[in-house]
Amino acid sequence: MSAPAMGTAKAAHSEASHKKKKGPGALATAYLVIYNVIMTAGWLVIAVGLVRAYLARGSYHGLYYSIEKPLKFFQTGALLEILHCAVGIVPSSVVLTGFQVMSRVFLTWAVTHSVIEVQSEDSVLLFVMAWTVTEIIRYSFYTFSLLNHLPYVIKWARYTFFIVLYPMGVTGELLTIYAALPYVQKTGLFSVTLPNKYNFSFDYYTFLILTMLSYIPLFPQLYFHMLRQRKKVLGHTQDYSKVE
Amino acid sequence: MDALALEAKGAKTDSPAAGPAPVKRPKPPKKAKRIVYFEVEILDARTKEKLLLLDKVEPTATILEIKSMFHKSNQHWYPARQSLCLDPKAKSLKDEDILQQLPVGTTATFYFRDLGAQITWAKVFLAECAGPLFIYLMFYFRLPFIYAPKYDFTTSKHWVVHLACICHSFHYVKRILENMFVHRLSPGTMPLRNIFKNCSYYWLFAAWMAYYINHPLYTTPYYGQQQVKAALIIFLFCQLGNFSIHVALRNLRQPGSKVKKIPYPTKNPFTWIFMVVSCPHYTYECGSWVGFTLMTQCVPVAFFTLIGFIRMTVWAKGKHRNYVKEFRDYPTLRSAILPFIL
Repeated sequence: MSAPAMGTAKAAHSEASHKKKKGPGALATAYLVIYNVIMTAGWLVIAVGLVRAYLARGSYHGLYYSIEKPLKFFQTGALLEILHCAVGIVPSSVVLTGFQVMSRVFLTWAVTHSVIEVQSEDSVLLFVMAWTVTEIIRYSFYTFSLLNHLPYVIKWARYTFFIVLYPMGVTGELLTIYAALPYVQKTGLFSVTLPNKYNFSFDYYTFLILTMLSYIPLFPQLYFHMLRQRKKVLGHTQDYSKVE
Repeated sequence: MDALALEAKGAKTDSPAAGPAPVKRPKPPKKAKRIVYFEVEILDARTKEKLLLLDKVEPTATILEIKSMFHKSNQHWYPARQSLCLDPKAKSLKDEDILQQLPVGTTATFYFRDLGAQITWAKVFLAECAGPLFIYLMFYFRLPFIYAPKYDFTTSKHWVVHLACICHSFHYVKRILENMFVHRLSPGTMPLRNIFKNCSYYWLFAAWMAYYINHPLYTTPYYGQQQVKAALIIFLFCQLGNFSIHVALRNLRQPGSKVKKIPYPTKNPFTWIFMVVSCPHYTYECGSWVGFTLMTQCVPVAFFTLIGFIRMTVWAKGKHRNYVKEFRDYPTLRSAILPFIL
């Protein structure tokens, strides 16, 4: 559900750059521009890596391995964004950003990396593609916004592509978690049983099922929120969103 | 504002706009008082449709009285769930605000927003405390469908588990009694859906903790009796402290008075902590849970203690900030929740 990683972050951010010129100082702005440029470049590397691997192999399967390292590096790097909010150089909610980034990081490390058997699944490619396109657009959006030269096409892309990318990413994520379930149950991955001296138990298998179930209330909320944002920012009166 | 009040009292009613210069004219001696009644119009804040028109409203009417009048014609919107403002985007007017002191002419237009079903603080606190009390006992008595069937209605063989049940229950019984007899709760309300949010926090955590403490495979604390005894002392000390602070805070304010005062240490040694802390009731509460964590040596309890500490620190910091803002001579030695640290 964090495929496009949008929400309050972008709304608040665009408001900050359009309405108030306060916010990050010159040094923070420079740092943020560098950060966003690096992230844009990183996800472009992943995109190019995917295309090259596809052309080399001639099939969609097993492309994860060709971009595994940059994916882990740049997706984990997004943790810095939580810090940016906490410090105040980005006007977004720490909790919301934290939630979005942590769910991405969770899928990258606690599911895809940890359960080796799912790495060859096609669902992984589905969410990686969704994430890649989303992040390239998102980080370039931030970069241009910080430089006060936002091309309309980037803004349009940011507020439009999610319509397809978000469900695509969510599908990929859910299918991947689902694929991981039997292996988690068999090996007892990350699970702790009683008795132990800390009087604690954790069943990762049940946790994954609950995570999947949590998509049901959360995904529609986030999706419709973004549709509303789209209407507000792009000001379209056509029937793109059925909300309101 | 004074100019308008004078106008409403019997002078001409020409310009309803807020006049800036408050001219204090000496009141001419009058034989009969001529009250100029107000006309109150209530519009829906979103749709702007006219919901109610009240004529002959006393100028000294409060917002609460206007809300009651509105309630009479719209039974389902009781005063607590009405929000009246002078502008659709503005903040709600307070119940105590008086009509003639508002920047309105003799025809006042209010915008109405429905705040949704409301519930009083008292009811919320009761639900928050009664839940964990009973939920824990359900696990303690090992009701069916919690643990394996062969353990149904059995009791733990560890005495620390019985002690933990007594302490946990005591804590929540004390809280319920305090809510009923000690705390001077504000008569305010909160939206009904908040009760689900608040109660789930307490209820789910209580269930999570109780599950492990009363589990057939529970492991007793590592340092045995020493650990449990020390933990019990900490727990009781902090419970007494917490109660002392609640009583001290209650005695600070007379019933019905809205005057805020700085709390100070009293004869009770447990209140001497006021010298170094603004919100010692939170300090003692955290201490109680630390004691309980030590007593049960259970990670979910530690987790609950940590989250509780974070929440209470946020509240304490807010209260501390309010104290400092409100009182010029507020003691500078005091920290919000942890002496000299936080």
